[in-house]
Amino acid sequence: MIQGLIGRKRGMTEFFNEDMVKVVTTVVEAGPCFVVSKKTKDSDGYDAVQLGFGSVKPQRLTHPMKGHFAKAGVNPTARLKEFSATVDDYEVGDVVKVDIFNVGDVLDVTAKSKGKGFAGTIKRYNFSRQPMSHGGMAHRRPGSIGQASSPAKVWKGLKMPGRMGGKKVTVQGVKVVDIDVEKNLLFVKGSVPGPVGGTVFLQHTSKGAKDA
Amino acid sequence: MGIIADIEKKHLRTDLPEFRAGDTVSVHYNIKEGERRRIQVFEGTVIARKGSGFRETFTVRKVSYGIGVERIFPLHSPLIGKIEVKRKGRVRRAKLYYLRGLSKKASRIRERTS
Repeated sequence: MIQGLIGRKRGMTEFFNEDMVKVVTTVVEAGPCFVVSKKTKDSDGYDAVQLGFGSVKPQRLTHPMKGHFAKAGVNPTARLKEFSATVDDYEVGDVVKVDIFNVGDVLDVTAKSKGKGFAGTIKRYNFSRQPMSHGGMAHRRPGSIGQASSPAKVWKGLKMPGRMGGKKVTVQGVKVVDIDVEKNLLFVKGSVPGPVGGTVFLQHTSKGAKDA
Repeated sequence: MGIIADIEKKHLRTDLPEFRAGDTVSVHYNIKEGERRRIQVFEGTVIARKGSGFRETFTVRKVSYGIGVERIFPLHSPLIGKIEVKRKGRVRRAKLYYLRGLSKKASRIRERTS
């Protein structure tokens, strides 16, 4: 039993379910992943299996990484990630496929969100806009950023414009609506962070489903 | 996006007749009333077809008791029992939104014979 899998976002689509209601889904190419190494409680203090996904040209690897893959005897993979697992079920070199998930499972999906560049407070923190007319000239400005001589400074962590996106985001409680084991495809309800072609990490959820 | 088109292909309906904007069609649509399902027929002029692939929709307009009524159907919906093409119309536009502003007499469409 392993808790998660690495995949690649392939796009979004929709279809009608048995109740003839349209369901919007994200298509994730999940796996096949290879077991590259194992961590055990005795030697590392925790149980985990390191999975690799995708392929990479050998000349792109550093020497230590080459050795790491050579030791495992698997082709070099583009992505590596550890997932907690019952280690005894897996041997180095094993293939882990999308069939570890079932339709109806609830997942947490982690990926790097799309970069939005330098964004203002309205886009970045859902601030409200100020009047566009009636004499208002502040339009999309953030407004007040604090008081005067006391505290005589701007508090750290105040929400201000800046770089948005391009960060690791986890969406919790994503439902699996369909699985195609043959094509390694996983269909999850709703959207998933990141661009099409981006790497996503799928794990059994730590909490419940978003909608019961 | 080859993979998405492939996935959608198996959901496409191939049993529906060909029709285009200007045609008069009657759509047999399954609707659910509480526990019962029944078929409702909506007959009118197709004024637009939008989108492509699985997401394609079409808009049917009819004038009911003097009130214009439009319904948008997903073309590949399993709720559509059948579509009958009652009359083929000859029009020079793909979208017939101009019909909304016309009286009944002015909104007549010539028959297409080909």
